[in-house]
Amino acid sequence: MEVVMSFVIGGMYAAAIYMMLRRSIVKLVIGLVLLSNAANLLIFTMAGMLPGAPPLIPPGATMPEGLSADPLAQAVVLTAIVIGFGVLAFAVVLIHRAYEVVKADDMDQMKDTDR
Amino acid sequence: MLYAILSTFLVAAIAPAVHRVTGRASGWVLGLLPAALFVYFLSFLPAVSSGESIVLSWPWLPGLDIHLSFLVDGLSLLFALLISGIGFFIVTYAGRYLEGHRDLGRFYVIILAFMGSMLGLVLADNLIAMFVFWELTSITSYLLIGYNHENADARKYALQGLIVTVGGGLALLAGIVMLAMAGGSYELSEILANGDVVREHSLYLPLLILILIGAFTKSAQVPFHFWLPRAMAAPTPVSAYLHSATMVKAGVYLLARLNPSLGGTEIWFTTLALFGAITMFTGVFLAFRSTGVKQVLAYSTVMALGTLTMLIGIGTETALMAAMAFLLAHSLYKGALFMVAGILDHEAGAKDFLQTGGLRTALPVTAAFAILAALSLGGVIPLFGFVAKELMLESVLEAPGLVGILTLLAVLTAILGVAVAAIVGIRPWFGARVETPKTPHHEAPPAMLAGPVVLASLGLIFGLGPGLADEGLVNAAAASVQGAPVDGYLALWHGINWPLAISAFSLIAGGLLYWRWEQARRALAWVDQAAEYGPEKGYFKMMDGLVWLSEWQTRVLQNGYLRYYVIVIVVMTAGLVGVTAQLFDVSVGTVHFERLRIHEMAIIAVLAASMLFAVTTRSRLGAVAALGSLGFTVALVYVLYSAADVGITQVLVETLTVILLVLVLFRLPGFLSLSSSALRLRDAGIALITGGMITLLMLSTLDARLFDSIAQYFIEESEPSGYGRNIVNVVLVDFRALDTLGEIFVLALAAIGVYAMIRFRAEDRR
Repeated sequence: MEVVMSFVIGGMYAAAIYMMLRRSIVKLVIGLVLLSNAANLLIFTMAGMLPGAPPLIPPGATMPEGLSADPLAQAVVLTAIVIGFGVLAFAVVLIHRAYEVVKADDMDQMKDTDR
Repeated sequence: MLYAILSTFLVAAIAPAVHRVTGRASGWVLGLLPAALFVYFLSFLPAVSSGESIVLSWPWLPGLDIHLSFLVDGLSLLFALLISGIGFFIVTYAGRYLEGHRDLGRFYVIILAFMGSMLGLVLADNLIAMFVFWELTSITSYLLIGYNHENADARKYALQGLIVTVGGGLALLAGIVMLAMAGGSYELSEILANGDVVREHSLYLPLLILILIGAFTKSAQVPFHFWLPRAMAAPTPVSAYLHSATMVKAGVYLLARLNPSLGGTEIWFTTLALFGAITMFTGVFLAFRSTGVKQVLAYSTVMALGTLTMLIGIGTETALMAAMAFLLAHSLYKGALFMVAGILDHEAGAKDFLQTGGLRTALPVTAAFAILAALSLGGVIPLFGFVAKELMLESVLEAPGLVGILTLLAVLTAILGVAVAAIVGIRPWFGARVETPKTPHHEAPPAMLAGPVVLASLGLIFGLGPGLADEGLVNAAAASVQGAPVDGYLALWHGINWPLAISAFSLIAGGLLYWRWEQARRALAWVDQAAEYGPEKGYFKMMDGLVWLSEWQTRVLQNGYLRYYVIVIVVMTAGLVGVTAQLFDVSVGTVHFERLRIHEMAIIAVLAASMLFAVTTRSRLGAVAALGSLGFTVALVYVLYSAADVGITQVLVETLTVILLVLVLFRLPGFLSLSSSALRLRDAGIALITGGMITLLMLSTLDARLFDSIAQYFIEESEPSGYGRNIVNVVLVDFRALDTLGEIFVLALAAIGVYAMIRFRAEDRR
């Protein structure tokens, strides 16, 4: 699965970068969402994808039984998802506000706020 | 000692308040500080003149072996006394000279901060501490030259001085680090005891060059001499203090300080003696050609700095004695003369010697002490300047090499020096009364006269009784420069010998030159054209080049188009990764596609399809829906591969994202087709190459395990130390709680930003 995921993630990066290079600011936002998903998946995949081995400790034990997925990578990805959302929310509202002020969706026309 | 230096900065901080409270008397009140420091430094005198050197140390950054340590020996004490002593007269003088100036409070702040920095520079034992103080003097000097900041010239030349000295400071920093590597310590007192090791170290030549650049820029040696006369845009008290008596001597101080460690080699002698002698002659020559009061004095300061450098380069015992005596003599008479220049400007409005003449009746006291100081400048018996000049000539005649050229330059300098002294000592005071821009109604006030009177008189006292200066400090200072006790002594009368003959000859020749000053100046008018091509031209060319370069790079890099920024970042990253992979022979190896199970295939298919759809669709709703499907599939991946918590979070966030996008995006216009297909193709190329690079990077590192995973620690310790059975949760709230705190902070910040953007609108304020 990791090998296939490498291609999927590469593709997701490509899609994100392509969208971020567009002039329309809405497409930039879509690129941003794709990019943060791609980065999260990258970290998750690199830690090794192990099905059916959650990092949980059964009651009464001090260690999980048998192999367990990497809890650190999961914690990092979890943090990243939440921060990514914060950034996205900020960006979206900023874009909305900018559109209200400059009345343009094209980033080439967003060079100043003088109307 | 630490408190003595700190006190200057503390007093600097409250100086404007003191100025407001005390008003007219502020100069005298604030002058108490340098006066107290002077007395404090005097208390070291008995120990130091008997040959002791005292090291005082405070830990500063112990981990980096940086201590705030101070070294009090003959050399540093001589400087400290000059800085605090002349500082007293400068502060009181400025209180009257700048009286009523609206920024006088600010002036006190900077000049006192400068005094503290300068004291720190000469007393520091740690090289890093010394460098910090060194740069502080450059910065305060910049602020002081640009004191009249409404004046474009003042700003321009303040910047010039800053760029030249700080540029040299950068070289000095590198030199200092190398010196510490060669000498095995950052403490001067240890490096100085290790001279032979440093001189034989393989870094000796580079570190010497770097340190010399630092010293030469600071002390205005040719070819960096041009900034000093330009620095005369500063108010006169600043010129008197920084640009004659103290700061410009910092470079000379450094050379003298490091002489035991770096000196004595062929290259040291040749470089210092030659550059010094050339600077000495250039300075006096340009002084003779100038007519502006402060210009003449500034160029003659360049002459003095060159002389000092040359003497330290010669390095014989006589030369070092001469250097220290000359240093003292120069600080005394030049400080006095600059203050006289200020009086001429203040009382008579005269800034140029051609505007002056016959002022001795209007300003009798000023005239008397100006003449006394000028006699010392000219090296006339029985003033201290004479003692120093005799020794200087003697050491040049006995130099270990280059005797011919050094003697020639020294004799020419002596002749022109006498002429310059005559310009300063005769021109404004004697002859027919010239109409000055302002008619002086009264003698200068006591606060302004105190400096010239005391400093010029000291020149006479030390001249008549050279033993006083000698046993007091000059001997001990020369001993610290030599790194060994000095046998020589200062004397007014050395008998009839060559130096005396040269002195006598230069007096006559210099007098004649002064008599023919006007004609000589006219005959030398070609120098102005030649100066157009001097080193200052190079400076301006360099500055223009810098401006051009930064404009160009701003145009290219900061062009205002987000997509070009993204392209630069992405292409750079992909390029660097690619090049590194090539260089280190990173290979992907054979890729094994394992058999995919049916639900895995479905996941991959959905991810690929939604990605493709989000990129290609023309419909906004379609794009958002595609994003949603992509996000929930990613959540499925997390859940399937043992990350339940991450999956839950992803579902929540994805839901919110879709809602947010739907709410906001529909207030924006629909997608437009803004780019041509060629541009799309280019962007697609960049995106695919970068994405491919990511894939390759992942494939090549999937099986690599350079280090053991630290995850095992969290798995083992979660229950015993964290008392939690969900390891991911324990990591988040316990082991890496600070990360989570940071995350919360980011969210809060984003929320505040969002709220502010929605709530506050620019229109509301109109």
